[in-house]
Amino acid sequence: MAKRIDVSGLNAYYGSFLAIEDISMTVEPRSVTAFIGPSGCGKSTFLRTLNRMHEVTPGGRVDGKVMLDDENLYGAGIDPVAVRREVGMVFQRPNPFPTMSVYDNVAAGLRLNGKYKKSQLDDIVEKSLKGANLWNEVKDRLNKPGSGLSGGQQQRLCIARAIAVEPNVLLMDEPCSALDPISTLAIEDLIGELKEQFTIVIVTHNMQQAARVSDRTAFFNLAAVGQPGKLIEIDDTERIFSNPSVQATEDYISGRFG
Amino acid sequence: MSNATLSAKRSSLRGATLPKWFPWAVAAGSLALGYGISAAAGLDSDIQWALIAAVLFVVGSYAVSAKIEGSRQAKDRTATSLVWVAFLLAVTPLASLLWETVERGVKVLDVFFLTHSMGVVADAEPGGGIYHAMLGTLEQVGLAALISVPVGVLTAIYLVEYGRGRLAKAVTFFVDVMTGIPSIVAGLFILSLWVLILKMGPSGFAGSLALSILMIPVVVRSTEEMLKLVPNELREASLALGVPKWRTILKVVLPTSIGGIITGVMLAIARITGETAPVLLLVWGTDFINANPFQDPQESLPMYIYLQFGAGSDASHDRAWAAALTLIAFIMILNLVARGIARWKAPKTGR
Repeated sequence: MAKRIDVSGLNAYYGSFLAIEDISMTVEPRSVTAFIGPSGCGKSTFLRTLNRMHEVTPGGRVDGKVMLDDENLYGAGIDPVAVRREVGMVFQRPNPFPTMSVYDNVAAGLRLNGKYKKSQLDDIVEKSLKGANLWNEVKDRLNKPGSGLSGGQQQRLCIARAIAVEPNVLLMDEPCSALDPISTLAIEDLIGELKEQFTIVIVTHNMQQAARVSDRTAFFNLAAVGQPGKLIEIDDTERIFSNPSVQATEDYISGRFG
Repeated sequence: MSNATLSAKRSSLRGATLPKWFPWAVAAGSLALGYGISAAAGLDSDIQWALIAAVLFVVGSYAVSAKIEGSRQAKDRTATSLVWVAFLLAVTPLASLLWETVERGVKVLDVFFLTHSMGVVADAEPGGGIYHAMLGTLEQVGLAALISVPVGVLTAIYLVEYGRGRLAKAVTFFVDVMTGIPSIVAGLFILSLWVLILKMGPSGFAGSLALSILMIPVVVRSTEEMLKLVPNELREASLALGVPKWRTILKVVLPTSIGGIITGVMLAIARITGETAPVLLLVWGTDFINANPFQDPQESLPMYIYLQFGAGSDASHDRAWAAALTLIAFIMILNLVARGIARWKAPKTGR
């Protein structure tokens, strides 16, 4: 199920502002790739170009190539809606649909996309909630509102919702930044399990988290405010944190920045 | 003097404070004083001594507090007393209006009144009722809502979800302009279009057309505000699941904001229910029951009130007040229903 992402020469704009410039990298299937870098360097923007969410922002525009196995996401005739079914996303702040129950939240992606039988949905909801390590906590309250869960549970609910549509790639935009250490641990464990099935890309500000969960790490930086963000280097996580090939990476990781 | 009181006096954190009953005492004092002054000066209007008392209340609480507590607390008290005075000024006419309407309206308001028309009753005689007017109001307002709600809600969806650039700006501008159209102008517009150009006769439907001109901008505005309140994160969450935009709007954005939209629609309905001018021009009025809004004149409650009050006899005045009470009750029930729906449909947070 997992697919490889191959990005080459990608620029993303907000209106006329060039936000990220000339990014090329490969994201391996069945692995976790972490993006680190200072705020405003374009990590999230780059992440959002990987499932064509960038163009949802008014003025958002992309040029370059993003190959998902052998298909260019920005090729002619590609339907962004279909792309987003293949490449799921979890956001920084937990955002369950407030009008829906826990069950409906998980089933939302399927229900809103087509017809499913009730028994089929039941199976998928249970499987997804188990996959998100949430089943035991919510199995007795599937019909209660999703917004009544705690922050950490809500974020796992959002992960369950994202994996219920069975994407090939899962993008996570700082999924733990609004959570306490225990919920963070739960989600990091979950990421470790999910990489058996999915290609995972995670943006994080937490260096230890990147070191703990990821197989490969990419460091982004920008020359100055108002300049476009760039990919400085991408390598095995171990190498990035022990012996990076670029001085800026070492400075950032060891806190000697700026 | 003991040590305790000394240290209490020296504490820089503790100042002199007026007791809790101070505002009430000032209020009572200024009421008495205001009444006294106006009696002495021979002013006979209730409004005059109430205004004198209000001014005395604001000035008095400032003066006393400034003397004892200091200028910051005095300013605080002035703001508080201004808020209270403003509140009373706003509520008094409302309470008085309700009281007046209920007191005069209940006289002839009974089941007979609600179920009979004015068909065989002369304006000067007692008897008769408002059945024909209620029927007309319900049909005209219902038709107007039927036209305005889809147009208004869809316009708002366009403005919030799709509208970019010049067209959206133009639509917003014209909605703003429409909000300011006087109801009589809307009535004249439909009169010239529907009656004079298309040669249609007066009917409830013609009135509905004019009423929907008044209702659409209100619906657009309130729906727009409600849709803007839906967090963008929810839209993105839905889009990121691979849900097309139109389904996202239908299944995520609208359900999240439906409570507020319904409240807005109900308020718009309440607004047009009391309109008289377009109804006078286009529906004409009748004393008989006409259940067909598409043909022949109909009656409506505001017009009934206007005509009955104009008729000038005691019996017709009673009927006018009773009809006014019915109209207020109708709008109040609509508002309560709207609140109920809004609460029922509001995003749930309970565990």
